[in-house]
Amino acid sequence: MTSKLQIYLFSFLLIFIAVATMAYKVKYLDFPLFSGEDKSIFNIEAKIKFEGTGENAFISLALNEEQDEMFVYNESASSLNYGYTTAQVDGYKRAEWAKRHIRGTQTIYYSIDVIEDSSYISQKTKKYISSKPLDMNSIMTQATIAIMDDAEINSADDLSMTAKLIEKFAKEEPTQAVGLFKRRYIHSDNDLRNTLVTLLKFKNVQVRRLGVLKLKDGQKNVKLTPMLEIFSKNRWQLFDIHTGKIDRPENLFVWQRGGVSLLDAEGVINSKVSFSISENAISSRRAALLKSSASEISLMDFSLFILPNESQNAFKQLLLIPIGALVVVLLRVLIGVKTSGTFMSVLIAMAFMQTQLIPGLIMFLSVVSLGLIVRSYLSYLNLLLVARISAVLIIVVGIMAVLAVIAFKLGFEDAITITFFPMIILAWTIERMSIVWEEDGAKEVFMQGGGSLIVAVLAYFVMINPIIQFWTFNFPEFLLAVLGVIILVGRYSGYRLSELYRFASMVKKK
Amino acid sequence: MIIFPSELKKLGILGMNARNIDYIGKCNDRKLYPLVDDKLQTKQLATQHGLKTPEFFGAVEYQGQIKNIEDLLPKKSGFVIKPAQGSGGKGILIIHKRENDIFYKPSGESLTLIDIKRHTSNILSGLYSLCGKDDVAIIEKLIEFDEVFDGFSFEGIPDIRIIIYKGYPVMAMIRLSTSMSDGKANLHQGAVGVGIDILTGKAISAVQYDRPIFHHPDTGKELLKLEVPYWEEILYLACGSYDMTNLGYLGADIVLDKYEGPMLLELNARPGLTIQIANSQGIIHRLSMIDEVSVTHENIQQRIDFSLKNFKNNV
Ligand SMILES: Nc1ncnc2c1ncn2[C@@H]1O[C@H](COP(=O)(O)OP(=O)(O)O)[C@@H](O)[C@H]1O
Ligand SMILES: [Mg+2]
Repeated sequence: MTSKLQIYLFSFLLIFIAVATMAYKVKYLDFPLFSGEDKSIFNIEAKIKFEGTGENAFISLALNEEQDEMFVYNESASSLNYGYTTAQVDGYKRAEWAKRHIRGTQTIYYSIDVIEDSSYISQKTKKYISSKPLDMNSIMTQATIAIMDDAEINSADDLSMTAKLIEKFAKEEPTQAVGLFKRRYIHSDNDLRNTLVTLLKFKNVQVRRLGVLKLKDGQKNVKLTPMLEIFSKNRWQLFDIHTGKIDRPENLFVWQRGGVSLLDAEGVINSKVSFSISENAISSRRAALLKSSASEISLMDFSLFILPNESQNAFKQLLLIPIGALVVVLLRVLIGVKTSGTFMSVLIAMAFMQTQLIPGLIMFLSVVSLGLIVRSYLSYLNLLLVARISAVLIIVVGIMAVLAVIAFKLGFEDAITITFFPMIILAWTIERMSIVWEEDGAKEVFMQGGGSLIVAVLAYFVMINPIIQFWTFNFPEFLLAVLGVIILVGRYSGYRLSELYRFASMVKKK
Repeated sequence: MIIFPSELKKLGILGMNARNIDYIGKCNDRKLYPLVDDKLQTKQLATQHGLKTPEFFGAVEYQGQIKNIEDLLPKKSGFVIKPAQGSGGKGILIIHKRENDIFYKPSGESLTLIDIKRHTSNILSGLYSLCGKDDVAIIEKLIEFDEVFDGFSFEGIPDIRIIIYKGYPVMAMIRLSTSMSDGKANLHQGAVGVGIDILTGKAISAVQYDRPIFHHPDTGKELLKLEVPYWEEILYLACGSYDMTNLGYLGADIVLDKYEGPMLLELNARPGLTIQIANSQGIIHRLSMIDEVSVTHENIQQRIDFSLKNFKNNV
């Protein structure tokens, strides 16, 4: 009894480990459970254009900061012959290019890839750097007081005050004070954002500027959209300067943050930066891989993905063998199917995967039956077993070659895949079958051969199942669950399905 | 026709999985298997323990010995060549009689010495043994038919299978060869199995290919008339094989020689389940009764007495 308990514990433990690891990978490493799910990967390219004047050029671009729920990788700068570095300036990351004696129109590119990832949390500590309030003349100060006092009275906290303020500026018919600001200062979205920031600072709201990109495919030469962010209740809250609070910043990528300038250019003229965004679909598996390899999650270091591509493909096949074995175990223990040779069926199923089912079946049956005919002649020659098997082997090769050529001439190009059948297995199958034929008769040959083929076909269908293939490769720990099930089934002491038929006559009598 | 597992359970029928796990797995120590899987070892062991087996003419171990095989073959009487590690009747060549250089199978088919050598060579190269590993060919005396079986068996010698559990005889059947089984009494080759009452040695019911049968398919003889002579002696011989091998769940195959009486033919550590169909009853109840035996039965006689007392055939 204790040994039985142990078996149960052990196999359930295996199954549990497998399921838990899979769950972990799905939940925290963002592995997709099914292959069909696609993710978007955005390529953002900053294009800096300027004209050289013959002086030494120094270009500096503010870079994106770490951002929650946005996973950034593949940062790359392409700029011919420029000295390129990244540097931290006042706590902000910048890309810097330098070159002597620049002439003519120049273009520099800087690009990153971004995956939206709801579970990604940036590691940067949130910081707030205050900048000096703007100088304003007295009229403007009075207007400011009018606007802000009204906003303050009609709101409960910084958040609602900001919302109120944005609403005031968005109105078609603004109040007099707002109108004054609009006429004097506001000629672009940037001006509007800066004005809002100034006004909010007047009330000591912790506020900072953002330059945001909307992640949407096919955007060319766009500018950063100005937005602002205020710090309240221990977190930063994003605001659109026209519509107000943004609760779920989907598809918004913050490039520039704080008071830093986006582009500094010395020694050149007409410098400007614009962004292009393109979207690509990649399987979410690749996305998960990219992320985990970039963030160096140690679990991944031991996964199959670190292998070179060709060996990965070989492993894809190998990892399916346990699944085939599971099918054999289930069919033999639970159903009671008779097969010739225990795992021959799995090998045949593997061959079917290369040849496709129907061509594979036709090839298998023709090779084995031709082989049986030849073998029956060989038995007259009175050969030793090893020699006979080798002879059968050579004949199998011959039959395969002839079949391949004939089929090819007839236009069945699939026939070439016949080489995927394991020849030794075929030869042994023929040998065993011919013995069974001599000893137990044709009926037994069809029983065992048919049983093996049925098992092979079933194993084939399980093994080509896309979900199974996806799981065994992406979640090799899934095989632990298979092992657990096999161990469980190995302790199944109930009746086989075939026995319900076999012993049927005993019940009928009573 | 299929029936519910619960009904099988009620009848106490042992299934293949339960046999493997609950009986063979528990009672049969792996390292003892070679004693029974290798018929040569079984034969030697039986001789040491004083259990009678068919007379041994010799064994061929190497291909090189085959050319001298004639020296081992009896000049007049029949003989049998079989693979030491064969099973299920595979590779057994039965020579009924010999006339100079012509050898006759029970079916009348004639063979030459070359055929015999080729067969022996096949045996040695492992064609009939599990996994094709090298094997040894045993040559032994042909068992002569006892008249009581006249008409019950076609060409081949019937063999009596007795299941021995922990040394107690549990269930018995006799296997009769048919034209289909080619002189060999192996059930899946088409031999008839007749359940035998442990108490009396009399037939209970019969099966062929797992289905009930009443008359021998070749001779038409009424199978239930069968009665095995020397029954006590046969039980004694079968139980002795437990003391000899220590295998807890065992099938002993016994044949009756016309002149020498019961002899141990082979032992089987994985005896089949058809015996239940032949007996029209499940074996589990009897096995559990043995599991529950409280007093210790020291010797074979006491164990046989226990079985005779408890295992009434209830059909
Ligand atoms: N010495 C023999 N004399 C006559 N028949 C034999 C002899 N040995 C084997 N046989 C026949 O062959 C059958 C199978 O032989 P056995 O030794 O039980 O080998 P297996 O392990 O293959 O069942 C027996 O049931 C019997 O009918
Ligand atoms: Mg036998």
